[in-house]
Amino acid sequence: MSKEVNVDVEYLTRVEGHGNIVVNAKDGKIEKCEWQVVEAPRFFESMVVGRSWKELHHITSRICGICSIGHSLTSLKATEEAMGIEISQQDEMLRKLALHGENMQSHILHVGYLALPDLAGVGSVIPLASSHPDELKTVIGLHRLANDMSKLLCGRTTHPQRLIPGGFSKLPTIEELETLKGRLADSVEDLKAVASFVKGLASRFPDFERETEFFSLGHDKEYPLYDGKLKSSDTGTALVEDYLSMTNEYIVPQSTAKYTKNNREAYMVGALARLNNNYDNLSPMAKEVAESFGLEPVCHNPYMNNVAQIVEVVHNVEDSIRLIDLVLDMGLEEQSPYHQPDIDVRAGRGIGAIEVPRGILFHDYTYDDDGICTEANAIIPTNQNHGNIQYDMESLVPQMLADKTEKEIELALEMLVRAYDPCISCSTHYVDVKFV
Amino acid sequence: MSGKPKAAFFDLAGCEGDQLQIANLEEKVLDLINIVEVVSFREIMKEHSDDYDIAFIEGSVTNDHLAERLEEIRENASIVVGLGSCATIGGINSIRNSQDHEEVKHRVYGDQADLFPSWDKAKAIEDVIKVDYHVHGCPIDRDEFIHVVESLVLGKDPEIPNYPVCVECKLNENICAFERDEFCVGPVTRAGCDSCCVNEGTICWGCRGLIDNPNDDAHSDVLEEYGLSAEEVMKKFNLYFGWQQEARKDE
Repeated sequence: MSKEVNVDVEYLTRVEGHGNIVVNAKDGKIEKCEWQVVEAPRFFESMVVGRSWKELHHITSRICGICSIGHSLTSLKATEEAMGIEISQQDEMLRKLALHGENMQSHILHVGYLALPDLAGVGSVIPLASSHPDELKTVIGLHRLANDMSKLLCGRTTHPQRLIPGGFSKLPTIEELETLKGRLADSVEDLKAVASFVKGLASRFPDFERETEFFSLGHDKEYPLYDGKLKSSDTGTALVEDYLSMTNEYIVPQSTAKYTKNNREAYMVGALARLNNNYDNLSPMAKEVAESFGLEPVCHNPYMNNVAQIVEVVHNVEDSIRLIDLVLDMGLEEQSPYHQPDIDVRAGRGIGAIEVPRGILFHDYTYDDDGICTEANAIIPTNQNHGNIQYDMESLVPQMLADKTEKEIELALEMLVRAYDPCISCSTHYVDVKFV
Repeated sequence: MSGKPKAAFFDLAGCEGDQLQIANLEEKVLDLINIVEVVSFREIMKEHSDDYDIAFIEGSVTNDHLAERLEEIRENASIVVGLGSCATIGGINSIRNSQDHEEVKHRVYGDQADLFPSWDKAKAIEDVIKVDYHVHGCPIDRDEFIHVVESLVLGKDPEIPNYPVCVECKLNENICAFERDEFCVGPVTRAGCDSCCVNEGTICWGCRGLIDNPNDDAHSDVLEEYGLSAEEVMKKFNLYFGWQQEARKDE
């Protein structure tokens, strides 16, 4: 075979942040196959040093525009653990609602606006406005609902305000929660319509599998997003405080983002990892949708992360309705305007771990007696997927070399990276496919 | 510009939260693409063209590579608009401008810090190229973005407030943060956000940057009532003003 394949996609599109895919093959032999992350570093772990405990969630929310609620909450959990701050059961339920809102927003954006164009054979969501107007309006409606929900809980859709150490600066009213509940219940039919639309196109996801390790939170009783222990499909459960021994960051020269590994050369985080590790705790309707796609644990096809995201949105909606009912049944406890919880500022270290849309996120802070941050570490979901993307590429390209065209290989690789829904600016900034 | 102006979106060092606000326009995105032709927007579309009239740029400039990209964009575009604090004022990225750069790098990347070239300061895009208009905020306000686009399409200058957040905050009848024993930079920060953060029970953090002449145009009633000067306010709480403060020193 004398085939030469050169793929060179600079600044991969329809992903958040910048990265490159470089592949070149000659005479059927792969000479280079690399996932490169070339985003300009932003140094958040240094920027927070010297700043007050009151500012850290505000600063670190800016790590990512799309998952700013998740970064805020992880930051708050770290600060609260460091200072021994307890939050009320009500505040915990409202935070879980905020996280559901963000997960819905992020997943709908990814599946509906970024991944769907590949399945429909177009370059962006814009042509869908004329080819599939009804389906697109349904997607937009769901996206708006998710954003309205985030705004109601957090004060803003992006870079939240109401989430503060110890609780909330402002709460939604009973009427607002009731209205939200009604809108969530009404959205179920729309969600099923989107799921069925995607199902009709799902045969375009490449039939590719590579066994890997899945890493997420794990929980006995609930589908863990806000709370849980660490869970690896290879090595079982571990305490959050032992996260460093599960993530093992290392630096590679082709990436400004740090890579991670645990039991194998790489592991996967995100919706598919969560679903594989915690399938039994999905809501009933979410399981039905998973079954309709034939998605069951353990699924080793990374492209199915798109489907896992749809399943999770159904779970988010169903669990949100349950949480709102709980809050309302307990009777919403009101608080004074411009609420500031009493905080006993003290020195200490705290680690927050939360499942955000793209996977498990860690913030780890150390404070001095005055509540000034002296050391910080953050491990971002997308960074934990970079290694797995690299190994997927190394496994996928040889399978395609014999009978696929350069264009087909390029599309499959782009779709592979997009399936992970990478958020590269979280760490740094870049995706390019280069078949040099 | 004849016909629909061509628009392109770019991102440097930032969180992409400002471009997200464009997706967050929901149905209004369809109106937007009726008045401008989007020819490049890496975050949402595969197509790309260097033939555009208006360039919208998010993110700060932090190394030579980004500066070169920025200069190319300036050459291609007739109008350049900064999107969001990182682009318009350096934003959160400029927190590190007052820190020791060797320490900053070392803390994150250890002895491999030199693998990743970065300037010792994060800069606003107008530090590198001429910028025609700014849409401030972290993130940008969606209505203000639409106002700017509509103005540009009509060939008008957009109206961006040059008065402090306190003005909007008073209209919204908030209890002043200083009254609540909080510290707030609303008296020196450019309005246009409808005091959204104070409305949600917190403070103004300064994300829209300083008003043009903080010493003259700060909200004097609030400063007098709490015995503060504009300089004291800027000095005491500086999350977003790092690059602007240095630029003021140079003047």
